[in-house]
Amino acid sequence: MSFLDIRGLSVRLKKGPALLRRVSLQVQAAEVRGLVGESGAGKSMIGKAVLGILPPSVEVSEGEIFLDGVDLLRMAPSERRRKIGAVAALIPQDPLTALNPSHRIGPQITDRLVDILGWTRARAEARALELLAEVQIPDPARVMRSYPHELSGGMRQRILIASAFAAEPKLIVADEPTTALDVTVQKQILRLIAGMQARHGTALLFVTHDLGVVSKVCQKLSVLYSGLVVEDTSVAEFFTAPRHPYSAALLAATPKYTDPLAGLNPVPDAVIDAVRAEVAAFDRMRHG
Amino acid sequence: MVDGRSLTRRRAGARLWLSLTWLGLLCLAALFAPWVAPKDPLAQDLFLGRLPPFWVTGAEPGYYLGTDSLGRDVLSRIIHGGRVALMVALIAGVATCLLGATLGLLAGFLRGWVDMLVSRFIDIWMAFPPVLFSILLIAVMGPGLWSIILAIVVIDWTRFARVIRAEAMAQGAMDYVASARVAGRGRLGTMVREILPNVLPTVVVLLTLEMGIAVIVEAILSFVNLSISTDDPTWGGMIAEGRTSIHQAWWVLVFPLITLFLTVLAFSQLGEGLKDRFDPVLR
Ligand SMILES: Nc1ncnc2c1ncn2[C@@H]1O[C@H](COP(=O)(O)OP(=O)(O)OP(=O)(O)O)[C@@H](O)[C@H]1O
Ligand SMILES: [Mg+2]
Repeated sequence: MSFLDIRGLSVRLKKGPALLRRVSLQVQAAEVRGLVGESGAGKSMIGKAVLGILPPSVEVSEGEIFLDGVDLLRMAPSERRRKIGAVAALIPQDPLTALNPSHRIGPQITDRLVDILGWTRARAEARALELLAEVQIPDPARVMRSYPHELSGGMRQRILIASAFAAEPKLIVADEPTTALDVTVQKQILRLIAGMQARHGTALLFVTHDLGVVSKVCQKLSVLYSGLVVEDTSVAEFFTAPRHPYSAALLAATPKYTDPLAGLNPVPDAVIDAVRAEVAAFDRMRHG
Repeated sequence: MVDGRSLTRRRAGARLWLSLTWLGLLCLAALFAPWVAPKDPLAQDLFLGRLPPFWVTGAEPGYYLGTDSLGRDVLSRIIHGGRVALMVALIAGVATCLLGATLGLLAGFLRGWVDMLVSRFIDIWMAFPPVLFSILLIAVMGPGLWSIILAIVVIDWTRFARVIRAEAMAQGAMDYVASARVAGRGRLGTMVREILPNVLPTVVVLLTLEMGIAVIVEAILSFVNLSISTDDPTWGGMIAEGRTSIHQAWWVLVFPLITLFLTVLAFSQLGEGLKDRFDPVLR
């Protein structure tokens, strides 16, 4: 069985419209799966469902989420929390709000290891120093004593990456980890995540808008439209022969570095109409 | 060139120390009032009525800030009045803060039915005119120190609850809260470790403001004779009495008024100073 196996997951606003429509996707151990789709398609919602942090305004209406062989949705909340904390971690999007401004960096990385996983403080601190060095932070000991506001955005994102890997999780959800950074830093951070993933053998669910990023980091890809997975494929196949017209249009809409003057080809209206019709057909079928 | 940041810091430091000094002196004077006060605050002497303060001709030695129409020493009465004022400020301020901030934090972070309940209560509460409410409460309970304190707590907890609820809600939406939850922290643990430190500077400012407000409320209630028994000196009571003889003896009114003003000011400046000092982003 895959390390992460989402089967037919539907999420909707409480007594409202569907946000995810029977989403199925698998992430094998040590594999990187990209999750692309336009804004509002439900990419973050999938990540939140996996990590047990769905907002209180939504509910899971059907489906299963198997993480490391156990169905998260059938577990008691405290047990689920423990399971997720033990095997999964999050690299959030915005490094500005992802570190607590009131605490120094050191405790933000180590306290969880000590309080929740029961490590000794010495071991946690050694681990934090080691990881900060691995994400190429100069003078880790000094950074451990700093407050977040004393550090640049790129530094903070490195710290968040280090923190995500600290407990050796088997799965990391990275939700657009580079969109809040400027372009030069983006590339470094991307390379860093890819390198860490490969070295630690961590499975990665990588949420992004950027197909360029997908081609560099991912092996598998799910394309999402309005909460519906329209294509689930390998990255190689996606870039050579996308099966769904929406995927093909998405690919065509991506600017090419080789030919920047070619301009953008927005997703044609006909394709949008077709995929919308597909979503509508799904909803009709669901409601009988 | 002047460094703006260090200038703000120095200014914040100055107001912190000035307000701490004033409040510290006041506390000491109140604590040791029987030894510090030069006279018995209740002793009347009609032959020594309306003596002016020491620098005005006609002053008697020993009566530094003069006497009221019954011949009672104004300075001694201010010092003894400080006991009631500070006690009310401390007890009512802390109790209001604990009640309001706790409810606000729970409502803002836990949301759901807790939030519904607390918010409904706040709405209902805000619909009552507060002064009327407090007078009603004291009319029912009878005047006294504890009625005043209870009145302040009952009326003012919403001030804390509203502000802290909004702050907790804003903090709860931050990614660091999501990270803590993913790492396995429970709801209460997340609230205490991640949210509380970030709302604490606001709590401190509100607390000191509330202490200032408590001093004023106590003075107002004393002014309208709803405070503690009329014998014990209170600043509000002194102001009320001084008002009747403002043309013959302005000092009976002015000195307690100045004391009250400085105390309320000191509390609010203390809050601002502490906030600047402990906010990690401003520090
Ligand atoms: N807290 C929430 N309460 C209610 N609805 C929400 C909430 N968060 C997101 N949604 C809705 O769920 C849908 C999917 O949101 P989601 O954040 O997963 O989109 P996304 O694909 O991550 O988009 P983006 O690329 O902009 O991050 C959207 O329609 C959004 O309006
Ligand atoms: Mg998103």
